[in-house]
Amino acid sequence: MVGEKWKYSADELKEYKKRSMAKEVWRNYKKSPSAMLGLVILVVIITLAIVAQVIFDYDEDIVQQNIMNRLQKPSAEHIFGTDQYGRDIFARILYGAKYSLSVGIVSVAISCFIGSTLGLIAGYYGGRLENIILRTCEVFVGIPSVLLGIAIMAAFGQSIVVLMLAIGLVYVPMFARTARAAVLPVRDQEYIEAAKVSGVSDFRIIFTHVLPNSMSPIIVQVTMGVANGILTASQLSFLGLGIPVPAPEWGAMLSSGREFIRDYSYLTFFPGLAIMITVLAFNLMGDGLRDALDPKLKQ
Amino acid sequence: MDKRDLVLDVKNLVVRYETEDGIVKAVNGLNLQIERGKAIGLVGETGAGKTTTALSLLRLIPKPPGVEECDHMFLDGLDMLSLSVKELEKVRGKDISMIFQDPMTALNPVLTVGDQIAESIFLHEDVSYAEARKRAIEMLEVVGIPGERANEYPHQFSGGMKQRVVIAIALACHPKLLIADEPTTALDVTIQAQVLDLMKNLRKHYKTSLIMITHDLGIVAEICDEVAVMYSGNIVERGTLEDVFNKTKHPYTEGLFNSLPNINDRKAMLTPIKGLMPDPTNIPVGCPFHPRCPYMGEDCKQPQWERAISDTHFVRCSAYDRTGFRIEREER
Repeated sequence: MVGEKWKYSADELKEYKKRSMAKEVWRNYKKSPSAMLGLVILVVIITLAIVAQVIFDYDEDIVQQNIMNRLQKPSAEHIFGTDQYGRDIFARILYGAKYSLSVGIVSVAISCFIGSTLGLIAGYYGGRLENIILRTCEVFVGIPSVLLGIAIMAAFGQSIVVLMLAIGLVYVPMFARTARAAVLPVRDQEYIEAAKVSGVSDFRIIFTHVLPNSMSPIIVQVTMGVANGILTASQLSFLGLGIPVPAPEWGAMLSSGREFIRDYSYLTFFPGLAIMITVLAFNLMGDGLRDALDPKLKQ
Repeated sequence: MDKRDLVLDVKNLVVRYETEDGIVKAVNGLNLQIERGKAIGLVGETGAGKTTTALSLLRLIPKPPGVEECDHMFLDGLDMLSLSVKELEKVRGKDISMIFQDPMTALNPVLTVGDQIAESIFLHEDVSYAEARKRAIEMLEVVGIPGERANEYPHQFSGGMKQRVVIAIALACHPKLLIADEPTTALDVTIQAQVLDLMKNLRKHYKTSLIMITHDLGIVAEICDEVAVMYSGNIVERGTLEDVFNKTKHPYTEGLFNSLPNINDRKAMLTPIKGLMPDPTNIPVGCPFHPRCPYMGEDCKQPQWERAISDTHFVRCSAYDRTGFRIEREER
């Protein structure tokens, strides 16, 4: 072998410890107490949402009306009290977590996929294509997100799938712009040129060389986006355009408790609190991830 | 017709960048021929158009703003000018390959070195990915890095080792022509020697032709068979090592040698070339070197062409039409 002559000794090799990127990020992430708080809250919410699916029966515990029990104050039996139809608010909130979480996550998956692809293409090729994609995005950014959501829901009807699609489409421009901004510094790196020299096709360069290097801002945008998605979903449901009643969607619960806000404020307080805590958890995580992924903070 | 076994044959290559601030003439009518298995050193100052020439050979000049014109460009008989994008992707990395100046930035930080070597093999040879990985590990061993380090990331390697990985990627498919763009400038001197030695051996081993782009005449003497001196987008003198180093003809080449310290005469003063390389947006008419040239005459402002000194030695200088013209270096 030609290389025999310049083999490195065992001692020289030892000093390089194996350290993967994911481990590095996790190490940095752990350092931030608020980020860890966000993660813990989220784990608790997800666990409760799963437990709720098992212990509560949808027909009996969640939607069945029980007029005898209506508008009861929080007590040992009903921790968060009952609503105007006598349904246990605690059970409904726990059960409803699955709507908010699934809408938030699926819609962000949609917008992340479409938006990032557009942003990657715009950033990598530049020129006229970039102009067309970015200007179109700007037009959509100009329309308030709730208004655009309302328009889509009104056009395609009310269902959880349409809600996910609507919110997904609303946030496409945000992802396109984030991805494009993340691609720009990577595009001119020498290793991209080196990949071209090795005969790698543009498509492959975009997805195996550019994307992994511009991942950080997109990951952060995803966590923040889930929070936004949950908020938008609640807003639409509050306006009566989200998931149809009697499903215990948090926004819809807020909306139906609105009439009783003066005397029975717990009807709106608890769903509102649930939304707030979930959104907060995602935002804390997003902040933590952004700091953990920032190479400038690496020590 | 040329009887030699040419790996690369380029005639009258012109590359310019048409920007809003003016036309940058990076390469102006360059001719270049390389025989199979030979190494040619492309020497010149920063901005002489060396790297642009290299990118142009790979057909990777960004367009716009770049504009390429060329009479012909053959890579081992293959007409590079007529290939489609897809066909070019097949040629790049397989038949022609390049080593970059700075190994710190030429490797993708998020992929393991094994994957980066394997990618090139996987794309160009008809093998499964597992087979490509296996060959990548063999390639690592060839450049002197233990195969078990294939699963590590570039940041876990030192600069010299990274450059070996870059060399392994470039040679993975045994290209016919390798372009090395100042491969040792970013390395410290002891590592430079190792890397040069490695390149020299591998080149012999795989019978690869080499274009060594550098401004270090020492490296050229060490590793190349022929030298081409570039100035302002053109080759002003070319020939064998012996021709250019010992029978220097062009005043610019002479200037380059005079700018080097002389080991036999340590007290001698260095005589740098006066002035600067012309602005590529505004190249002087005639010989681009004439404003700095000590032998300047009226004929230098006329269009220049190459004159053959011998079968192997060519110089682009009209002063040799004057009777009895010699440069100072020759008189010593």
